[in-house]
Amino acid sequence: MTTTRTEWETVIGLEVHCELRTATKLFCRCPNRFGAEPNTLVCPVCLGLPGSLPVLNRQAVELAIRIGLALGCEVRPSVFHRKNYFYPDMPKDYQVSQYDEPINVSGHLELPDGSRVGIERAHIEEDTGKITHVGGGGRIHEAAHSLIDYNRAGVPLVEIVSAPDIRSAEQARAYVSELRAILVATGASDGKMEEGSLRVDANVSVRPVGSSAFGTRCEIKNLNSLRSLGRAIEHEAERQAAIIEEGGTIRQETRHWDEAAGRTRTGRTKEQSEDYRYFPEPDLVPVAPDDDWLAGVAAGLPTLPAARRDRLAEAVGSAGGAGTAEVALLVELGLDDLVVAAVEAGADGRIAVNRATNEIAAARTAGQGSVALDPAAFARLVSMEADGRLTATQAKSVLAELLASGGDPEAIAKAKGYEALSSDALAGFVDQVISENPAEWEKMRAGDPKIVGFLVGRVMKLARGNADGGAVTDELRRRAAPS
Amino acid sequence: MTGATGPGGGRAGREASAVDLAEAVRSGTRSAREVLEEHLEIVGVREPEIHAFNLVLADEARAEADAVDAAVAAGRDPGPLAGVPVALKDNLCTRGVPTTCSSRILEGWRPPYDATAVSRLRAAGAVVVGKTNLDEFAMGSSTENSAFGPTRNPHDPSRVPGGSSGGSAAAVAAGFAALALGSDTGGSIRQPAALCGVVGAKPTYGLVSRYGLVAFASSLDQIGPFARTVEDAAALMEVIAGHDPADSTSLAAPPPSLREALELGVEGLRLGVVTELMDGVEPEAAAAVQQAAAALEGLGAKVGEVSVPAAVYGLSAYYLIAPAEASSNLARYDGVRYGLRTDAADITAMFSETRAAGFGPEVKRRIMLGTYALSAGYYDAYYGQAQRVRTLIIRDFEEAYRGFDALLAPTTPGPAFELGAKTQDPLAMYMSDVCTIPSNLTGQPAMSVPWWPADQALPLGVQVMAPPLGEAVMFRVGAAVEAASPPAGGVEAASPPAGGVEAASQPAGGVEAASPPKAGGG
Amino acid sequence: MSSRISREDVAHVAHLARLALSDAEIDLFAGQLAAVLEHAEDVAALDTSGVAPTAHPLPVRNVLRPDEPGSCLDREEVLAQAPQAEDGRFRVPRILGEEP
Repeated sequence: MTTTRTEWETVIGLEVHCELRTATKLFCRCPNRFGAEPNTLVCPVCLGLPGSLPVLNRQAVELAIRIGLALGCEVRPSVFHRKNYFYPDMPKDYQVSQYDEPINVSGHLELPDGSRVGIERAHIEEDTGKITHVGGGGRIHEAAHSLIDYNRAGVPLVEIVSAPDIRSAEQARAYVSELRAILVATGASDGKMEEGSLRVDANVSVRPVGSSAFGTRCEIKNLNSLRSLGRAIEHEAERQAAIIEEGGTIRQETRHWDEAAGRTRTGRTKEQSEDYRYFPEPDLVPVAPDDDWLAGVAAGLPTLPAARRDRLAEAVGSAGGAGTAEVALLVELGLDDLVVAAVEAGADGRIAVNRATNEIAAARTAGQGSVALDPAAFARLVSMEADGRLTATQAKSVLAELLASGGDPEAIAKAKGYEALSSDALAGFVDQVISENPAEWEKMRAGDPKIVGFLVGRVMKLARGNADGGAVTDELRRRAAPS
Repeated sequence: MTGATGPGGGRAGREASAVDLAEAVRSGTRSAREVLEEHLEIVGVREPEIHAFNLVLADEARAEADAVDAAVAAGRDPGPLAGVPVALKDNLCTRGVPTTCSSRILEGWRPPYDATAVSRLRAAGAVVVGKTNLDEFAMGSSTENSAFGPTRNPHDPSRVPGGSSGGSAAAVAAGFAALALGSDTGGSIRQPAALCGVVGAKPTYGLVSRYGLVAFASSLDQIGPFARTVEDAAALMEVIAGHDPADSTSLAAPPPSLREALELGVEGLRLGVVTELMDGVEPEAAAAVQQAAAALEGLGAKVGEVSVPAAVYGLSAYYLIAPAEASSNLARYDGVRYGLRTDAADITAMFSETRAAGFGPEVKRRIMLGTYALSAGYYDAYYGQAQRVRTLIIRDFEEAYRGFDALLAPTTPGPAFELGAKTQDPLAMYMSDVCTIPSNLTGQPAMSVPWWPADQALPLGVQVMAPPLGEAVMFRVGAAVEAASPPAGGVEAASPPAGGVEAASQPAGGVEAASPPKAGGG
Repeated sequence: MSSRISREDVAHVAHLARLALSDAEIDLFAGQLAAVLEHAEDVAALDTSGVAPTAHPLPVRNVLRPDEPGSCLDREEVLAQAPQAEDGRFRVPRILGEEP
């Protein structure tokens, strides 16, 4: 693999800010809600009015603990600090955040490909307000101004800081994707990157392959999608490698990703960074979860995506299985319980996965399927298709009805006139025709090729047209054959 | 001077205790409106000279007093402080009423809510007569650092009333209000109480909710009472104390029963005079404590000396911790959401110009000091070290309380000083708080009880300290000190007549304004 | 810990604290801050190894509230207090610096 050109390794650490799905803000009882009219979700506390004091939201702490437990963190006694800097989106001109004693430390995240990324910390802090810049157009002498909405100020956040263990844009995307799945599964987040519920900053550096020292890193902000994250990392790694190869050095700085231009732009250098003057927030007291509290939160934790993927793969594996991508998709869509239950109820795994990844997933994505699909009904439907009682096309039609309004698959099939005979029923009709037409049956057994049409016609008449002609013919021939 | 019942500059006979006033109003003997008008009349006479108030709320107070009277007439319980005129330090938020902290930076701001302590006062039937002057953002020891001009000492208008709650102390001393609330971060209740000859108490940290108190130094600030008697202070404490879910540092402990404790006396109590706090104070301040201690011994207390070695570091630790917290607490005054703004081309210039224009020199000095103490490279040496020294001070007091039920010390190094005497020397001003600061660092309760030296025209204070949540024992000792205190300025004073409803309602005997107490008595 | 404070130190701290100071104020504060810090030398010099810092005077932990919504302020009342408001929001001059 040795070439004359230096091979570069990209080293990535990610900071993910997750807005917690609480009913109220972190330190006050204002609703935590996206999309309200500006400055209508504010009170003395989140506006930082003189004399107001914060009181910590229990649910925010519990969601933070859930995140910590889900990431295998050590959950510890924690202290809030004030991070002091002036910015107009912060009503108090300091941010309350956990600094050197965060609630969660030393965890890890295992990705679907089996790789493992360390989690340094996952701490609680408050969000800032939202600034809208008006006018200006970037021209320096034009009198621009800004407007501030404090609805988001004080919304609870958990910042999850990974170790610099990520080595590629693809792995970074997989990390965020998996982390997002965990945050959604634990109920901590709605996972909506487009609404800013999840915000990702990437610390990127490069080093020669084989080196164990870290290069100078840049922090990339404004990554609003998994696509931006991947593109930004690739671009930034190339930029840094090019600078070093040309004999330059990397300046530690914040850079902003410009999605339209496909490049990062320089922001503030770290040399100019603020002195945040952290000190313990005297208006709040330490949070020290005891064993009972932790056990209660742990008991409420759902099965996490990795374990759900394992369970699903195991459940459907013997039946022909499903690919990693299908398993991951079903878990992400929350359809794994349905498929596992259907398989446990006797459904064919392959057909169940097929219907779930296609028709059911499509209905979910389209926002259809308001009725929760009953796994037993789904299992029966899968069995009807497996037994040949329904054709694939018929099965999809019945499934659509089940998703729209629920009900019994047999009844729906019957109502749609899909009532193919069961093999038992078919056998009964065949028995009856044989016993009622002994002479014709003897001809059949003797090998008369013309008589089969008569016998099939009798069976079809008994079945009132619901039998499949080919299946009846096969059954008659099977029985007539010498044993 | 017949009938003079207290050391204040108020009129003789008008100074029935708050407890007596409330009893008279509750029983219908006197109307809240009548009580209020008497106080407003005194305000009208002396306020132009004293300047205790930033704002007198005469009309609002009349409406509140009328509401109390209506409640009494309707047979409803008007509350334990029914009709008692109270003054509020102007760093306590009052809904819809300007709350200035005596700073230009809060110009025009009207809080949309009442502080918890204010709500409790209103619920108890008290009548708010006004908002009192203070050192800007409670930073000072003389009330000279007010954007609206200084308050003067009712006993000698050439002297300061102390600070930072100088307006509240002066209002009670002058008879403008029967009670007042102040805040105490390093002595800002006890020190002006001592200099104005009234009772002032700083409760255990967390006993009174800080919600609605504009923060100076959050880990030190406490709201507390001013009163002319220990019993009145206890009554006010009982009303404002108690858990508040809006303050995370509010203690879950039930509000203490203090007035019952006053009857218990001090027999058998072990009282320690703190050696370190007697050193370096003026002789008469130390003498006052010794005289008080001797009197308490005479009442059956066991009095001894006790050393609290780390107390000597209190002042230095305080002047690192308090400014550090203040620098952060006062960051929000940035011209964006409320108060003053100085227009500028960009946000950073707007912040800096607004704050330069809105804050006075002492506030700027402390913001600078605190910012420096927290800044990179200095945190451990200054702020961090001060927090560790705070631990040492707490330990040493805990040790002292193993041998003593309560501790005694001077409240201040000396009596009220002349206006302007210390304004050019910040450190000299800071020294005014040397005896009071340790209790803010430890969180323990402490109170100042007036002590009038026999040959002095100005009062001093005897400070009583107790372990955290030891308010009951503190008030017991305070009541005994009060009983043992020489009469104000040598005037032949009498305690308010027991069950003084009758007496209080009688026309005042002496209607002429009292001269500074000592002047007449020789 | 030296308690000499340069004018540059004072100017830097004034910037951190967003206080526009005159040259005269910078000189004044340089001297006064040095005096206070000099007085604090006794504290700075104490041996406090092994002593935990006290951030809260009394040991209280786990003060939490239920996640139940309460009432918000009226927007008109809130914006009426603002030096400048526009379009339901607080208006400020242009922001040159980056968000830290």
